[in-house]
Amino acid sequence: MVAATEVLHPLDDPLLARRRLILAGLAMALAAACVAACTIGALDIPVGHVIAALLARAGLHLPVAVTPFEDAALFGIRLPRVALGIGVGATLGVSGAALQALFRNPLADPGLIGVSGGAACGALGWIVLGSAMPAWMHFAFAMPLAAFAAGLVATVGVYVIGRAQSRTDIATLLLAGLAINALTTAIVGYLTYLGTDAQLRALTFWLLGGLGGATWDQIWPVLLLIGASGAGFAFLSRGYDLLALGESAAAHLGLRVESVRRLTILCTALGVGASVALTGIIGFVGLAAPHLVRLMGGPSHRFVLPASALMGALLVVLADLLARIAVSPAELPVGVVTSALGAPFFIWLLRRRLREATP
Amino acid sequence: MSAGLQARNISVIAGGRRILNSVDIAAAPGKVTAIVGPNGAGKSTLLKVLSGDLKPQSGRVTMNGKPLVSWSAQERALQRAVLPQTPELASSFRTRDVVELGRHPHRGRATPEQDSHAVAGAMHATETALLATRDCNTLSGGEMHRTHYARVLAQIWSPLSADRARILLLDEPTASLDLFHQHAILSKAREIAAQGAAVIAVLHDLNLAAAYADDVVALAGGRIDAIGPAADVFTAERIARLWRVQCTVRRDERGLIQLSTFPFMSGLR
Repeated sequence: MVAATEVLHPLDDPLLARRRLILAGLAMALAAACVAACTIGALDIPVGHVIAALLARAGLHLPVAVTPFEDAALFGIRLPRVALGIGVGATLGVSGAALQALFRNPLADPGLIGVSGGAACGALGWIVLGSAMPAWMHFAFAMPLAAFAAGLVATVGVYVIGRAQSRTDIATLLLAGLAINALTTAIVGYLTYLGTDAQLRALTFWLLGGLGGATWDQIWPVLLLIGASGAGFAFLSRGYDLLALGESAAAHLGLRVESVRRLTILCTALGVGASVALTGIIGFVGLAAPHLVRLMGGPSHRFVLPASALMGALLVVLADLLARIAVSPAELPVGVVTSALGAPFFIWLLRRRLREATP
Repeated sequence: MSAGLQARNISVIAGGRRILNSVDIAAAPGKVTAIVGPNGAGKSTLLKVLSGDLKPQSGRVTMNGKPLVSWSAQERALQRAVLPQTPELASSFRTRDVVELGRHPHRGRATPEQDSHAVAGAMHATETALLATRDCNTLSGGEMHRTHYARVLAQIWSPLSADRARILLLDEPTASLDLFHQHAILSKAREIAAQGAAVIAVLHDLNLAAAYADDVVALAGGRIDAIGPAADVFTAERIARLWRVQCTVRRDERGLIQLSTFPFMSGLR
């Protein structure tokens, strides 16, 4: 008898090799999408000029004439947008994967379980009521932190309602998310009622989700908070595999389940809250990205988390590109694009699970 | 304090019903202890108390000389493995990946060689090596159960230190297995006990309990009815009283206790 365990030595395990390949492929696809996003737009900047301008900043001057106008558009408008897209997409993808592991349920998503809605309340509250706050509160992190705090409250609410006797069942979870989302919608409605005309327009566009118009000054605090939540998720990644065995079995394998639970909710609220503060709600990325990567490379979270980050970033950068060119020279809110593409995906997923459940 | 697992004066009340009533039980290193009893006797509840899943209303559990609750989660996992009655698996991991999860508590302590040795050994012992690359969700019920058995074996594959006995808790480990694998799994449990581990198994098959356990604990109505070697616990009188089944008890030619139950066929006579 051939010992199958020998064939599976970690170094030449075909699945691990495939996962490395998928990660490399996603990274390359993301790089290509970023270059495309820098190139295409109201002003077409040739690929050569994009690369030359980037290298020039790094001190390497190519014999390519980049006009000052192109340079300004690239560094002032396109790159911040792409950077924000990467950060937000990555955090949505990772948060979705982490929530699905925590709830032991593949339909969990920051949008569906109310984090995004809660964060939206916090950010909108800041837009409408922030001017009434004392001056010392107006620092770079104020709005992301308001979004984070409100997102945290909403997530904890859904978690507490949706967890009946140590397990979360799908119906209870989605219903709890529905309830919290209804509440956040009501609060958003009230804030809209309070807002001035100028606030209203900012508010509406922001609610639909968009990466446009952000400046580096606004982006870096958000990217910092996203980075912090990403570090937290990286720390948690091994534990998520154990949760697939159930909370009690995970605890018997030495996992401090309660800490993992709290840290996951905290990191989700931090990353998604900060993202929502700047871009509004970008739906379905957190649901779709982990599913796509699991279909390709299996459920191990040491693979699923980084791959979901790359996939989420790729989806958001591509969706934003699509949003800019679909109705050019005007542009669609990116949340409209992701939801328009994500909703059919969600329906397909539900039907597939239904088929699996009924033999 | 002594090595192994001890529970003193355990009482559990749930839904207004007393499920366990001042139960004392000890599992010594080197021994297999079987917990038997009719449905609703409190066997699984007792195992949950012993594993720390359930906090009893009174009494306390000590593991290797210290109260169970005072060990950290990781320290606990290094010494003790628990096989649940119905293991769960939410994602479609491969069989080998599931067994590797059993090595989680050893991260940073064991070498990769020790880890793969434990995983390979556990998969060999449970005959799951040939299923290594299969998606776990495509396995049969028995294959799935053996995979989880391999996972808990991998968790406590080798002794941690001389003064800390390994402890293995099994909740109906043979329920979904064929005849061969029932014996294979329990003889592996015996082998681990012979290496100095304390094994506690909830069993329904009394003949298997008689064949593999050093001590048998008969539980009924949340109380311990008898505790001791199979020959003392399994009497025709007790089987009739606790299980409401008539039987004969004899020693076979190898000295093993054999129970033969009488079918319920009085109407045919």
